[in-house]
Amino acid sequence: MKYLCLIYDEEKKLGAMSKSESDAFMGEYYAFSEGIQKSGHYVAGEALQPIHTATTVRVRNGKMSATDGPFAETKEQLGGFYLINARDLNDAIQVASKIPSARLGSVEVRPIMVFDKP
Amino acid sequence: MGEDAAAGAGVRETVDAVYRADSRRVLATLIRLLGDFDLAEEALHDAFTAAVEHWPRDGVPANPRAWLVSTGRFKAIDGLRRRARFDASLVELARRLDAESDDSAAPDEESVEDDRLRLIFTCCHPALPPDAQIALTLREVCGLTTEEIARAFLTGASTLAQRIVRAKAKIRDARIPYQVPSRADLPDRLDAVLHVVYLVFNEGYSASSGASLTRHDLSGEAIRLGRLLRELLPEPEVMGLLALMLLHESRRAARTSPAGELVLLGDQDRSLWSRDLITEGSALVQQALSSRRFGPYTLQAAIAAVHAEAASAAATDWTQIVGLYDVLLRAEPSPVVQLNRAAAVAMRDGPLAGLTLIDAILARGDLADYHLAHSARADLCRRLGRTAEARVAYERALQLTQQEPERRFLERRLSELPD
Repeated sequence: MKYLCLIYDEEKKLGAMSKSESDAFMGEYYAFSEGIQKSGHYVAGEALQPIHTATTVRVRNGKMSATDGPFAETKEQLGGFYLINARDLNDAIQVASKIPSARLGSVEVRPIMVFDKP
Repeated sequence: MGEDAAAGAGVRETVDAVYRADSRRVLATLIRLLGDFDLAEEALHDAFTAAVEHWPRDGVPANPRAWLVSTGRFKAIDGLRRRARFDASLVELARRLDAESDDSAAPDEESVEDDRLRLIFTCCHPALPPDAQIALTLREVCGLTTEEIARAFLTGASTLAQRIVRAKAKIRDARIPYQVPSRADLPDRLDAVLHVVYLVFNEGYSASSGASLTRHDLSGEAIRLGRLLRELLPEPEVMGLLALMLLHESRRAARTSPAGELVLLGDQDRSLWSRDLITEGSALVQQALSSRRFGPYTLQAAIAAVHAEAASAAATDWTQIVGLYDVLLRAEPSPVVQLNRAAAVAMRDGPLAGLTLIDAILARGDLADYHLAHSARADLCRRLGRTAEARVAYERALQLTQQEPERRFLERRLSELPD
């Protein structure tokens, strides 16, 4: 079963890291990614550019609007994701708990919806 | 014909008895075999329907539980096959369930208990909201009706039913596994389970409403779960909770008069207390305390043990009880613990000292709607000769209690007040 691990970080906290702290943090991410590739959990994973690069798009009554930034001001921002294959939720929680950002921010684990073929 | 009918009625009683004793065990195993709560509940229902039909004709099977499990499993697979004509996705599920070893359908005692633990840990999974964990455990593990759970929670039955439906949907859709947690995860997962077990015990010991003060089967169920947990994980708090339940249980015969009236701890005939349960409970308290890793359950059990060891209410070591409440308040700062401590202070230092503490708690509004706070206040006012205040407090408690024996007790106290 596939789960999406949505990684929420405080950009302020990450931005306040020194070069060596930041390098160590990235190193943990490389090690984590390598680990879940070896264990067979890894399907995909990406980091996102900071929230100030985000654009929100809506179409209402046929009219498109594109606005700056995310829609709500929150303490933690979506900063990346892993798509993983896991046996069950316990397995997915185990993987998610090892994502380095779980210690600083939070990780939301969501099962991927499977649609029956028509 | 008359004989057949009589035999049929006898078998019917057997089916009812098996249902009461074993339906939750059968359900727990069916959930494992079928991998789905709703499917398993349906299979359980079908299995008992088949028992009512077959047992009078074929006789009660040697192992009714195994019969029910394999019949339920068969009925579920059969049902899936029939439905598969309209929903092709069920073909594969039916085939897979059928292919799985039949050995697992006739489980031994041990694996049946494992299934119950699987069910408990799944119902108490931290990915479920806390209120849903409790509701689901009471419904699935203990077989309480939605209405009974709703009363225990002081909430509506439809809200409760929704909570259970959502929890089952999350178990299915997020694939919460049907398993006992790994040893590394076990301690963390245990707290929620203990909390639920204790609530089940309380529901049995002091049923939240209705004519009967206690529901013995539920307390027995909670104690059984406690013993099972202790075998699996002899952590101090597991022992503490089991001890607490045993020590409360030891007073059962003394808690109600032959007429069904409530008897307070201080007025109980202590010769009716079960010495066996007290001995077992006290030994567990000692064991848990000596671990130095105890928590709120062990402390509450220690308080119950002090009561159990006293020859009379007057001979109780109230200083030690107040001291234990002080430690308990640090571990669990709750208004109900404060209320109980106030009652102990009243016994140690006199009613006025207790009343001052209770009034402070009530003034904060925390327990304004808690009937025991008002009846405790009423009792202290009565002892102080403040009759008018006692009357108001008893009347408030009467408005708030939902229990018939407690209502009668409060009415009796009210009628005994001097004019």
